[in-house]
Amino acid sequence: MPSPRYWREIPARYRLEAGRCPGCEKVVYPARRVCPGCGHEGMDTVPLSRRGRVVTCTTIHVAPTEFQMEAPYPMALIETPEGARLMVQVADSAPNEVQPGMEVALEFRRIRREGRAGILCYGHKAVPVQKATS
Amino acid sequence: MAGIVGYGAFIPRNRIKSEEIARQWGKDPAAIKRGLLLEEKSVPGIDEDTITISVEAGRAAIERAGIDPRLIGALYIGSESHPYAVKPSGTVVVEALGIGPDVHVADFEFACKAGTEAMFVALSVVESGRARFAMGIGADTSQGAPNDALEFSASAGGAAYLFGKDHLLADVLETYSFTSDTPDFWRREGQFYPRHGGRFTGEPAYFRHVTSATRAILERTGLKPPDFRYAVFHMPNGKFPLAAGKELGFTKQQLETGWIVNTMGNTYSGSSPTGLAAVLDEAAPDDLILITSFGSGAGSDSFVLRATKLLPERRGRAPTVRSMLDGRRRYLTYGEYASYREKILVND
Amino acid sequence: MREVAIVGAGMTPFGELWHSSLRDLFVEAALGALRDAGADRLDAIYVGNMSGGQFVGQEHLGPLMADHLGMAGVPSMRVESACASGGAALRAAYFEVASGASDLVLASGVEKMNDGADVTAVLASAADQESEVYHGVTFPGLYALIARAHMEAHGTTIEDISAVSVKNHRHGALNPKAQFRGEVTLEQVMTSSLVADPLRLLHCSPVSDGGAAVLLCPLDRAREFTDRPIRIRASGMATSAMALADRKDPAFLDAVSLSATRAYQMAGLGPQDIHVAEVHDCFAIAELCVLEALCFTERGRAGQATRAGETALGGRIPVNTSGGLKSKGHPVGATGVAQVIEIVEQLRGDAGDRQVKNARVGLTQNMGGSGASSVVHIFERV
Repeated sequence: MPSPRYWREIPARYRLEAGRCPGCEKVVYPARRVCPGCGHEGMDTVPLSRRGRVVTCTTIHVAPTEFQMEAPYPMALIETPEGARLMVQVADSAPNEVQPGMEVALEFRRIRREGRAGILCYGHKAVPVQKATS
Repeated sequence: MAGIVGYGAFIPRNRIKSEEIARQWGKDPAAIKRGLLLEEKSVPGIDEDTITISVEAGRAAIERAGIDPRLIGALYIGSESHPYAVKPSGTVVVEALGIGPDVHVADFEFACKAGTEAMFVALSVVESGRARFAMGIGADTSQGAPNDALEFSASAGGAAYLFGKDHLLADVLETYSFTSDTPDFWRREGQFYPRHGGRFTGEPAYFRHVTSATRAILERTGLKPPDFRYAVFHMPNGKFPLAAGKELGFTKQQLETGWIVNTMGNTYSGSSPTGLAAVLDEAAPDDLILITSFGSGAGSDSFVLRATKLLPERRGRAPTVRSMLDGRRRYLTYGEYASYREKILVND
Repeated sequence: MREVAIVGAGMTPFGELWHSSLRDLFVEAALGALRDAGADRLDAIYVGNMSGGQFVGQEHLGPLMADHLGMAGVPSMRVESACASGGAALRAAYFEVASGASDLVLASGVEKMNDGADVTAVLASAADQESEVYHGVTFPGLYALIARAHMEAHGTTIEDISAVSVKNHRHGALNPKAQFRGEVTLEQVMTSSLVADPLRLLHCSPVSDGGAAVLLCPLDRAREFTDRPIRIRASGMATSAMALADRKDPAFLDAVSLSATRAYQMAGLGPQDIHVAEVHDCFAIAELCVLEALCFTERGRAGQATRAGETALGGRIPVNTSGGLKSKGHPVGATGVAQVIEIVEQLRGDAGDRQVKNARVGLTQNMGGSGASSVVHIFERV
């Protein structure tokens, strides 16, 4: 991951900064210049809540090279209370625990790193919020 | 003096039992548990490190303080497992917490004392008037070498402390630091695991510095052990803090709330700071609290604090240490543990 | 706009073709199409290819392929729309001839995937790099998310999804150019190893090398080249939100639906008029979603329709008689054009054991990534 490309995404990845369209109120994550809903140019910054609900999910078994040692890992499309959706891994969950409709919290995690010598890349992952038996 | 306006802790949810590690190396689990007083320890996921732990602990501290993060003028993180050898942990944490860019950041290192060190400097920056609020964090994901005693204790976790002058949750009444060059435990650049001097880490290292710092702060404040409701000592294993406490004249009741090592393990720079967080989760207004850390190399930082009336109403804003220790968690096999801790060789 | 016909077709077998390089694959397919038409010159070439750059380090395929065909000087360019690159190349060639700008245009597709590239990573570049791939999702992972959403919304079962693989292998067993020419049982599909839950190995199209090409010319010149020209009746294309998170319903492929509507409108036809179709079954679930988006079945009913045999040879609307991407193979950039060749053979009456009786109107649907782009063409025997 080249540093400049990573650095540009820090507000979206570290602080979950989304865009709210002043024209149609649609919340878009990550933020972008042109609203996909109404075409209005320019958005207001709004941070997403650090929680949401699973829309759909899977478990990745055959992983990309960088994620091989973490496989299998669950991934989910999460919808936050603001109505934005984002794709994240799900951490600290038991096998088959992740289901559509499940409530999650969004926690700061290291998402990837560029081998032994490259930069470390951070972001958020979902974590289930029900009380679990241990 | 200034004091704590917010505090928070984070402990990863994975665990491994002492029995499982003992089973791996053909050791007697009962003897291990008796000798170290350790049941289990926390294990960081492959996606967790000092930075991620510091962010979650820092978020909790800001929640409890109820302030705008942009008012924080300094942030310090003490760890012996900073993810980069060169590039600060603090800058990532600052961006994640919404602090800055008008902020002073530095990373600290002093074995297990780096957390209280960061707290000491943050406190001092606020007292001097250079910053209105400053945060000091102690967090670690340190490694224990395979088939070494430290493998039973080296764990992951951390706590964050926000210092300010008003609306204190705990007043800092006094600090004291005691330092000497004592090579009891170290890690050279490029080495994956630390090394230690075995029994030399006891009396000349841990006990000398912990007891000297504590006696000195008691003398300076004119306080005696019975004046305190709580005492927290650095916890490299279950036995040392209990022995030090006893030697200094503290009772088991005073030690037990902050003695969380038996299920958390030794979170190094997070150890006594997280013990202090566990105490703050319970302390009543006007309770006196002592905390003495220990960092190999060696040194101890001591603080005397008094809980305020504001503490009980604020602490509910973030998870307690007990809820993280006793709540949702997952037990690993040694193989999973070795994989998460990257003790398994892979190609670059 | 002029009417356009396909007058020649050529393709390599699809599979692990160790002895053929990217340029070899193109030349073999292109020569096949030229010979089939008895043509010896071209006015333009379009090369559909997802990623010569990432797979074999080769960009600038337009001039490279023209050169290796012995036609340096001819206008030639690469067209890219991830796995829809082939369909997109056909669309570009179609408009060049329909507009009157050129008479003889080659629409080709080619991909060389087995030269040691990190295929998972290259295919993932068709998804959103910053919001999807960054977090560790794979191409099968995206379709697994779609599958799960479809199962939740419509009660589609894993047996429904697996029935697609069984059908397509049965068809592919009859195709001499297919990568896999053996049937598979439902049980084999459902017990193959997990790739991204609930998708298993036998729900996923393979990694393949291959090339395919068709020659286009104005319909009123077609008899110079063949006595069985196939008219291109419509071309429809659409895009949709790139990231799955930005789509209204992850279980519905809007781009496919819109591209089909446009093609149907241009042709003045509806789904009921189609006799045979080649659709983009990169993963078995994709075929179910596409059937619904093309209106071949009602929304949510594609699973049942497949299990009932409606889309098999002999059924109401035979789909993927070639074996589909699953059994025929999926050299990404070549697939869109290979789909066209199957329809051309069906409409010419040349499909042998795979022949759909009296097939007069056929449809191809080719899509890119997780469905962010889709190209639909409708063909007719003249």
